[in-house]
Amino acid sequence: MHQNVKKQSVLDLLEAWLPKIIMAPTTLAMIVCMYGFIVWTGALSFTKSRMLPQWDFVGFIQYEKLFANPRWDVAMSNLVVFGVLFIAISLLIGLVLAIFLDQKIRGEGAIRTIYLYPMAVSFVVTGTAWKWILNPGLGIEKMVRDFGFTDFEFRWLVDQEMAIYTIVIAAVWQSSGFVMAMFLAGLRSVDDSLIKAAQIDGASAWQSYWHVILPILRPVFFSAIVILSHIAIKSFDLVQALTGGGPGYASDLPANFMYTFAFNRAQMGIGAASAMVMLFGVLAILVPYLYSELRGSNRG
Amino acid sequence: MLNRSIAACFAAASLVALPVQASEVEVLHWWTSGGEAKSVASLKSSLEKRGVSWQDFAVAGGGGENAMTVLKSRAVSGNPPTAAQIKGPDIQEWGELGFLASIDDVAKKNNWDGVLPGVVSDVMKYQDKYVAAPVNVHRVNWLWANPEVFRKAGASIPTTWADFMVQAKKIQDAGYIALAHGGQAWQDNTVFEAVVLGVGGAEYYKKAFVELDMGALNSSTTDEVFKVFGELRQFIDANAPGRDWNVATSMVINGEAAMQIMGDWAKGEFAVAGKNAGTDFVCVAAPGTSDGFTFNVDSFAFFKQSDVNKQSAQKAMAEEILGTNFQEVFNLNKGSIPARLGMARAKFDTCAHDSMNAFVSTAQSGGLVPSFAHGMAVPGAVAGAITDVATNYFNSDTSAADGKAQLVAAIQAAM
Repeated sequence: MHQNVKKQSVLDLLEAWLPKIIMAPTTLAMIVCMYGFIVWTGALSFTKSRMLPQWDFVGFIQYEKLFANPRWDVAMSNLVVFGVLFIAISLLIGLVLAIFLDQKIRGEGAIRTIYLYPMAVSFVVTGTAWKWILNPGLGIEKMVRDFGFTDFEFRWLVDQEMAIYTIVIAAVWQSSGFVMAMFLAGLRSVDDSLIKAAQIDGASAWQSYWHVILPILRPVFFSAIVILSHIAIKSFDLVQALTGGGPGYASDLPANFMYTFAFNRAQMGIGAASAMVMLFGVLAILVPYLYSELRGSNRG
Repeated sequence: MLNRSIAACFAAASLVALPVQASEVEVLHWWTSGGEAKSVASLKSSLEKRGVSWQDFAVAGGGGENAMTVLKSRAVSGNPPTAAQIKGPDIQEWGELGFLASIDDVAKKNNWDGVLPGVVSDVMKYQDKYVAAPVNVHRVNWLWANPEVFRKAGASIPTTWADFMVQAKKIQDAGYIALAHGGQAWQDNTVFEAVVLGVGGAEYYKKAFVELDMGALNSSTTDEVFKVFGELRQFIDANAPGRDWNVATSMVINGEAAMQIMGDWAKGEFAVAGKNAGTDFVCVAAPGTSDGFTFNVDSFAFFKQSDVNKQSAQKAMAEEILGTNFQEVFNLNKGSIPARLGMARAKFDTCAHDSMNAFVSTAQSGGLVPSFAHGMAVPGAVAGAITDVATNYFNSDTSAADGKAQLVAAIQAAM
């Protein structure tokens, strides 16, 4: 009897601890690799490091140098422009496509797959392909001119002001399909009875979408925005492949800036400072949003 | 029967499995274009004749930025390549961090101090010991021209920047591209450097861009430099952004464009395309720089290795690099001139002879200046700052006065 109790408690103990044991390696890896290295980068941003890390602490000088650098201003403003446009347009296109696909049409499976394909290619492939498409001498401009419109110009790719918008185009093309898939799943999970109730009350299609269905999709909006903003901030390879940061440095994003300064220019201190500023920028926006959404859903 | 076959297997296996401790060098470089790859192959084959095998580690990217990034990660992880293509003040930076191996014994044995010019051997040493072997001397301030295009446009090859604007207009009006250019930051910077030397002269160049004297940088000469540099914007074609340097050279080779301002590695491309100097293409000093020589010395630096075989392979490679045979073959293919003085001139073409003569004469006259666009003059941070200003200026319609202000601010911030 005594023996059985002991055996039970060992098994119980194991059952209680097993999930924690399984999660431990992942948690450890995350603590070390993510948070540990964030702290390491932060410490590095206060040093005089040039080509390789050197631990001579110099206070905020690297941050001062960073904000005095005109290239950083360009990179930050590009991030805001790119981020806002990319997220907004992707959400809009994804939602519209999902609503259209939800109308019980024929060949829905095939169309859905086609819209999802761009997600399967890497950003480097997307960037390279769009570089050829948007090149004045090779791509759209040449094609339309060959059709006969000899004055047509589409030089965004090589224009200082407009280069960042080409990156928006390529990124939206890549991600809209994914957003569409998310919204489609969300739309399918909406209870039919709600829609029927709205119809009985005399709501038009537009009204039933705007007032009934979209509010139900709030969690999907939330997921889509989080994923899209993570893609927007991560955009390094797309810029490298599409414009190389050019012309000049007009389409630079903070990730490219950080890479160039930390690794190509032997100015690791400034690179680390720029990485920390990027992190704080992201946290400043996402943390309040996360907080409001998750608190709200708990209450609801 | 079984025993004998097992024994036979073991014997065969032991023959195969015994690793022959062949010396091997793993070499990091960024010479991936046609002419450059041929030149690397010549070093590889001469080393193989000495029994040293070559493991190639090529990382593309014309200015070497990607290669340097890869090198840093390898060095920090404790597994640096045997040799890497490092040049200029970077050699001293790597030496300071303690990564480089001394090849002073090879240098003494082969009298490197005697066969290399002082300005070159100084760069190859760290704390007075040789840590790198120079492969060649490039002249950066060249203008490459297609005489056929000039003939068809009724223009002549310019010798001053004022004349350049006139001739370029003629060429453009005739329907050709006046200046073939690749819109990458380092190429914009190379053209900027030629304008600095041509407009300001060697003294101004040294004061402003090597010594970084603020007085020289703030002077009216800088305004003039930016003005001329700005006028060049109209003479490149719309597809320039992102173009590689050798693609721009091919535009001159094909007769689409009249001129390119590029270092003498462009000659390698002409050679690979089977073109002859003087007839199919012409090399002249970049406008205004006929008494200046902007040098860019490529070199291989050697990293400390623990394996004895690798160390002896390094020494073999160092010796081979400064040997007369390699210096001749490599430079014939690459378009540069030998770093080693006193080499036989017969096989080199007219452009190389011009270069060799200019190298000796400018060393005496003071017109021999290190290239800031190619990492020979100033540390990476300052060079990067200058590059940013030059490429931003060239790709926008910033005014000359603003350009000067940005340059001064950027250099001060980077120092």
